[in-house]
Amino acid sequence: MRRRVLASISGAWWTALAALGLPHERWRALPAMRRRIVKAALWTVIVLLLIAWLGVWHWSAFVAAAIVLAIAVPRWSRTRVGKRRVGRVIVPLAVLALAVAYPYYGTKLPELPLFGPFPQLSTMVIAGIFTMMALGLNFVVGYAGLLDLGYVAFYAMGAYSAGWFASSQFSRQKLNVGAVGLYPGATGIHFSMWLVLPIAGVITAIAGILIGLPTLRLRGDYLAIVTLGFGEILPQVARNGDHLFGTNVNLTNGTEGITPIDPPGFGNWLQAHLHLPSNFLTAPSFGTGDGLDAVFFWTVIVLVLITIFCSARLRDSRLGRAWIAIREDETAAAAMGIPLMRTKTWAYATGAFFGGIAGAYYASYKSGAFPDDFFFQISVFILCMVILGGMGNIWGVIFGAVFLTYLNYEGLSNIGTQVNDKLGTNINLPKYEFGIFGAILVIVMLLRPEGLLPSRRRAAEFHEGVHDEPLYDAEVAGA
Amino acid sequence: MPVIAAMLLVALGLWLAINLYKGPAYFFTIFFIGLTNGALYALVALGYTLVYGILELINFAHGDVFMLGGLFSATMLLSAFHLNGHSSTGVLVAAIVASLGVAMVGCGLLNAAIERIAYRPLRGAPRLAPLITAIGMSFILQDVAIGWKGPGYTAVPEVLPTGKVFSIGGVVYTWEKFIVVLITVPVLLALIWLVQRTKQGKAMRATAQDRDAAAIMGINVNRTISFTFLIAGMLAGAGGLVYALYFGQIRYDTGFELGLIAFTAAVLGGIGNLPGAVLGALLIGFIQAFNEGLQWHAPGSNWTQSIVFSILILILVFRPEGLLGERTPEGG
Repeated sequence: MRRRVLASISGAWWTALAALGLPHERWRALPAMRRRIVKAALWTVIVLLLIAWLGVWHWSAFVAAAIVLAIAVPRWSRTRVGKRRVGRVIVPLAVLALAVAYPYYGTKLPELPLFGPFPQLSTMVIAGIFTMMALGLNFVVGYAGLLDLGYVAFYAMGAYSAGWFASSQFSRQKLNVGAVGLYPGATGIHFSMWLVLPIAGVITAIAGILIGLPTLRLRGDYLAIVTLGFGEILPQVARNGDHLFGTNVNLTNGTEGITPIDPPGFGNWLQAHLHLPSNFLTAPSFGTGDGLDAVFFWTVIVLVLITIFCSARLRDSRLGRAWIAIREDETAAAAMGIPLMRTKTWAYATGAFFGGIAGAYYASYKSGAFPDDFFFQISVFILCMVILGGMGNIWGVIFGAVFLTYLNYEGLSNIGTQVNDKLGTNINLPKYEFGIFGAILVIVMLLRPEGLLPSRRRAAEFHEGVHDEPLYDAEVAGA
Repeated sequence: MPVIAAMLLVALGLWLAINLYKGPAYFFTIFFIGLTNGALYALVALGYTLVYGILELINFAHGDVFMLGGLFSATMLLSAFHLNGHSSTGVLVAAIVASLGVAMVGCGLLNAAIERIAYRPLRGAPRLAPLITAIGMSFILQDVAIGWKGPGYTAVPEVLPTGKVFSIGGVVYTWEKFIVVLITVPVLLALIWLVQRTKQGKAMRATAQDRDAAAIMGINVNRTISFTFLIAGMLAGAGGLVYALYFGQIRYDTGFELGLIAFTAAVLGGIGNLPGAVLGALLIGFIQAFNEGLQWHAPGSNWTQSIVFSILILILVFRPEGLLGERTPEGG
């Protein structure tokens, strides 16, 4: 089916080109740059026509198309200044600049056709947190090729670590290590959030190692099931953790969750000297509409940058190459002397580390760790980001995470409203969010298993696999 | 390691014995509940084990096919036959048999269609690809149920008679539990006959052993796999009807939760092994019932899921071939 769909798409493509006066041979003879421009222009026209046909036209579509084209079409990566190859950083820097400035222009942007208004800043903070998680899962699924269906467990562990180290949960203790925004005489353990984030990461990574050591020797789908099991057990422990084993040990405060959790902050000295906000809850607005969300947003950008840096560096390291070798062929990798268990455990621990940091930051942003935030669907949601964007490709995963978070929190209801307005129907689109993610999983796996922005290597693996005809299909394929 | 396992088993036996001593009547009531649940789990677990045996694929969507079967039979019992607590026995039997047939055929076709759409195109792809589409299909089916019935429970009135069949030491074994067994056992016997005695069953076993060799011997592998999915779906449909009748309420996520329990049962018995799935299902049914029902130091229903998954993890880590053993890549 995949082949048939692709064949019909490419057939339509060549027919369209021929209709434009560009038969196959002339197209091949064109310079690469011009081919890129024609391709991009054609796609833009198709998308714009589609939007107009759906009757959700808005002039801002032109602007959005222009920005996307400006980033995507020119071969920025080939740009040189003198002898320095600066091209590789142009697009990331442009995207970063757009992101950092988002709190200033986000609310002033016009509505887009079909998608409606641009996402609110709070959604962008969540998107940043999910980006960290998706990049963390990418270590496990994308690099090492291990399917993890219980990633939400690490998310939950990070959030609860924040609850233990930065709230009044343990009210018999009284400890304050650089925490901000406490009222005098506050009980409980309060570390500065900047310490809590790495602590949560380390705790979660240790949990990942403990979970991984016995289970990582299992292959493929068995590992997926075991991780799913842990992903179901840990939230249940969190829900029942207010009197474990009939005792009065209260670790998690049961179904009510741990709240409030301290905000991050830089303290009074840094505020006086460097104008950094002493406490995020009382942050000045910095000229944006909402200072609280803005500082949380900029902080999450920094965290995401750190995650991207670690992802890229680890991918190219000896360890990262070992992960990819295991993904491609476990037996061959073992034969080449790669210690399978240790390498896989490192992938697991690294993924868990970033999941834990993201969880702790989420808890701090929401000011609480609630057991109902952590369920199986979230694991699949994060997996969907990695798969849609492109397993193993950092930029693809980031795109998948931001886009799907937006869809989940605002996009679906916006699109639903617009479609219902135009067609006079009454479909409650957000009700079907997980079915839509399920459909994304199926469609991506069937039509483009390497994702929208694949890493070249991963794409090759999938296509080699697909072209390797099994014997019992040979008759059908040959016919 | 065997020492620890033996100690755990002894502790478990001791706990059961003390509970039996403290309240024998109560113990047997719980025992019958466990037996009934186990029979129901067996229907679903067999579907997992059939598909895993032939494709080495965990069919995540199986639990949701079961759920749709339950919703479908509930609708049919209510709308087509207008069953209520006062329906006569004749109407009841006719309604159940008719719904059973329709639910089984419907779920069988649905399951085969899922295989055709979501798994067959990925036959040559990496092993994780069909697993991911299976998860996707599971979510899609749940949303089909939400779109059809909404997120709330669909209730079925208590139509099954609750008189007594027999009693042990004052504990009454009631008809509604017996009917579950009465539907389950013939279905299981028919399945065993199909797999062991018919030509199609032989083809299934051959395909499960070695797909390429089976193809060389002239077995139409794709059709055999479709047939296996059809059978698995029919079992799920029967399970759905039994669930709707016995528990009286069903909703979109019932299948996911019960599916995971049933999958655990299949793994416990030895995935790919049909009698193993039934044994595992009965064991899981007892474990769940004892955990939720017994009074002396039982962890309670808050912990059921954790206990079931702990069993799953322990089995997969220490004895991946399960109790009765089927040599899997992990266990071999």
